[in-house]
Amino acid sequence: MSDLTTLTIAEIRDGLAAGRFSALELTQAYLAAMEAARELNAYVVETPDKALGMAAESDARIARGEARSLEGVPLGIKDLFCTEGVHAQAASRILDGFKPVYESTVTGNLWADGAVMLGKLNMDEFAMGSSNETSCYGPVVNPWRSAGSNAPMVPGGSSGGSATAVAARLCAGATGTDTGGSIRQPAAFTGTVGIKPTYGRCSRWGIIAFASSLDQAGPLSRTVRDAAIMLKSMASVDPKDTTSVDQPVPDYEASVGQSVKGLRIGVPREYRIDGMPPEIEALWERGKAWLADAGAEMVDISLPHTKYALPAYYIVAPAEASSNLARYDGVRYGLRVPGDDIVSMYENTRAAGFGKEVKRRVMIGTYVLSAGYYDAYYLRAQKVRALIKRDFETVFADGVDAILTPATPSAAFGVAEKAVASPIEMYLNDIFTVTVNMAGLPGIAVPAGLDDKGLPLALQLIGRPFDEEMLFRTGQVIEDAAGYFVPERWW
Amino acid sequence: MNQAAAKPRTSKLIKGATGDWEIVVGMEVHAQVTSHAKLFSGAPTGFGGAPNDHVSLVDAAMPGMLPVINGECVAQAVRTGLGLDAEINLRSVFDRKNYFYPDLPQGYQISQYKQPIVGEGTVTVDLADGETVTVGIERLHLEQDAGKSIHDQHATMSFVDLNRSGVALMEIVSKPDIRSADQAKAFLTKLRSILRYLGTCDGDMEKGNLRADVNVSVRRPGEPLGTRCEIKNVNSIRFVGQAIDFEARRQVGLIEDGGTVEQETRLFDPGRGETRSMRSKEEAHDYRYFPDPDLLPLEFDQAYVDQLAAGLPELPDARKERFVGAFGLSPYDADVLVAEKENAEYFEAVAEGRDPKIAANWVINELAGRLNREGREIADSPVSTEQLGAIIDLIGEGTISGKIAKDLFEIVWAEGGDPRVVVDERGMKQVTDTGAIEALVDEIIAANPDKARQVREKPAMLGWFVGQVMKASQGKANPQAVNALLKEKLGV
Repeated sequence: MSDLTTLTIAEIRDGLAAGRFSALELTQAYLAAMEAARELNAYVVETPDKALGMAAESDARIARGEARSLEGVPLGIKDLFCTEGVHAQAASRILDGFKPVYESTVTGNLWADGAVMLGKLNMDEFAMGSSNETSCYGPVVNPWRSAGSNAPMVPGGSSGGSATAVAARLCAGATGTDTGGSIRQPAAFTGTVGIKPTYGRCSRWGIIAFASSLDQAGPLSRTVRDAAIMLKSMASVDPKDTTSVDQPVPDYEASVGQSVKGLRIGVPREYRIDGMPPEIEALWERGKAWLADAGAEMVDISLPHTKYALPAYYIVAPAEASSNLARYDGVRYGLRVPGDDIVSMYENTRAAGFGKEVKRRVMIGTYVLSAGYYDAYYLRAQKVRALIKRDFETVFADGVDAILTPATPSAAFGVAEKAVASPIEMYLNDIFTVTVNMAGLPGIAVPAGLDDKGLPLALQLIGRPFDEEMLFRTGQVIEDAAGYFVPERWW
Repeated sequence: MNQAAAKPRTSKLIKGATGDWEIVVGMEVHAQVTSHAKLFSGAPTGFGGAPNDHVSLVDAAMPGMLPVINGECVAQAVRTGLGLDAEINLRSVFDRKNYFYPDLPQGYQISQYKQPIVGEGTVTVDLADGETVTVGIERLHLEQDAGKSIHDQHATMSFVDLNRSGVALMEIVSKPDIRSADQAKAFLTKLRSILRYLGTCDGDMEKGNLRADVNVSVRRPGEPLGTRCEIKNVNSIRFVGQAIDFEARRQVGLIEDGGTVEQETRLFDPGRGETRSMRSKEEAHDYRYFPDPDLLPLEFDQAYVDQLAAGLPELPDARKERFVGAFGLSPYDADVLVAEKENAEYFEAVAEGRDPKIAANWVINELAGRLNREGREIADSPVSTEQLGAIIDLIGEGTISGKIAKDLFEIVWAEGGDPRVVVDERGMKQVTDTGAIEALVDEIIAANPDKARQVREKPAMLGWFVGQVMKASQGKANPQAVNALLKEKLGV
């Protein structure tokens, strides 16, 4: 029955409805696949008992003709989501032993629609990283390898566990979060689909905060259609998150397959960065051609403040993080390393509990908010952010329906290859994705090809606020043209 | 507009060894908002309860929790702003004030920094000496209270109680318009009175629901402001006065001895009546304020403000004006009555359909005096407004004399009961029957022939006869009738 793990969510839905297999069989297939794939280090906790219980409930519902939209679909959940009674540590030592007594709104929505929880997925510590190497559980390994090499590759980050699990068939779909590219970049590195919805589309309640004004949950999946199905369930307005937006959640799946004829697709010249590898350039050209072939019109556009996005992001995000992470002080939950007095207890706890990258960002954030530096850094970065947002508004106001860019400046790199280099080099991974978070827009990464070493590459589509439908519509064109990308199993 | 306020306040200066000094005081008053739930969580605000009984996931800063603004707290802040005659900002912003402390679970306090909900306003303060001072309000903002650290329960550890964590506070900041300890006390008294009238803060200083940070500096009259020291968390009006007096003298002494005042935070020790250094400017925190990204800017329209304004109760100044204008009370009596909302309401109930001046006299002198002696509040007065009203009516009807009324008041205070019934049962009715009084008068004159002769030379002695007759009647004789009869019979 192991081939059950190759099914998409849409296929699972049909198969369960037709009685071709049970939710229990499906879940068992995934649990077996997870057990066989531990060397990928995708899961930090497996919850087989919970999974089997939920699957049995799904089978009972299906039998009663009461199937819900995600009935029996086995999902992996990023460790950043609080899950009632189940480990939730943001892949950090500082939350050692933490099991929340509450369920995040997003995961609650998924369970309410019948999804089955397989376990918690590895990630960069507190979602800070672009390679999943900052996790306290060690790096996640990408199921993809360079042709002719056995060297482990990173799956990207911070939702690296989610990306690997989806790519390696260790779950039918996964939740991720995206603060500067943390869904789209790992999706690009693993040949999976990842969408960061508009800021405010999904509730942040119960998701461990990294940078509150940028964080947004979204799905990682095998297909554009699956992403649409999952997002429909994840999105909601939430009275417990006042930054969530009260807009009806459309039937995203209905936009999959809709014609793109006559749509205007913007191609921003500022994304053609210095030193961009020719294969990324070529990928972008192919994407334009596919959309043009499908009847869309390609429009050259300018987003003049693009080059300031990454530096501004690395001021705003650490600033918010430095404050958001202040609560991890050893007083109420998680790790506590005793000290002679309260200050030394704080110092010992945070020194032992946070990894290097988290400490770096807390220090950057503390610095940029300090008296005398606030105006020069934080305030300035916020002004840049407003300008970036305005760039997009101008383009959309001029009649552009979506924007096409590469998702990442390169394919996946080797484990430890960049972690030892300067942090800036790692930060550059997010150069095409951070602008979208800074502007609060939706962005989707869709697999579009393989590089010359056989590693996946992706294109990114950026839409108007709350126009995720446009991304599913245009994304499907890329998927139709490029096909699916499945890693050869070696684990 | 006010003559007294415009005059140089020479009387407010303090004398140093080298000349006069002026005290300059500004206050930051923390007032706990009266509301059922906390500022950003649904947890109840009730006082008491076991430690950590009133704590939600948000208050404990569990991972992934988000604040949601409590609309009632916003309304209370707007009402207070209106009561302070202040500018209401239709858009304000919540910021994070970052610092580490065990009773601050988030590691930051959500407050308002650059864009508070309420801007500039004024409080008019009447002092006992008749002077009126206008104290400017700089701003009012909403913020979260912290929890409480308890250090005396364990040998090596401190305990934390988060019941208060996240409770809404209004920080009301005055301008440095206060020039003496008396003005500061009067300002805080007036502010407390306004808050209690509005119902936006219960003003209970013993429970810490109202407390003040007092900024004190001194200068030579007419010179620029001196360096200030901030005295933190003073929790009684009396202590505010003591702290200012001590601190001003300390600063004057320091400067006159050739030293300089260092900007610092100090604590007032009520036991010793002195202020002590808590931390210097160098040790001051860098709070790294920035707008809280979990909360959208707080926005409402003028219609919302107007609606709250329409529902405001009468405030002390307006009530005082009415007591003076419509009731003919003296400004002093009106001031005394309006200071506490409950006193004013009690008085109004008694004055209803009666002579307001007599009612005021009874409430201020008899009732308030008696309550003060016993340290009780008017809310638990043993004499109700109906009972006091009946006593006043009995005097007005001539049923009892003013003197008997005081005895009656004592009986009602101690034993309760309907004053009319008490008067009947205990035979306290005034005797107006001239025949009965005449018999007593004759009796007293007959018993004191010497005095009856002397009174013709010294009419002032008539009072002695009145006293004797009243005594013989056990106070029940109508004093006017006694007086008239005595004059007639003694030929005065």
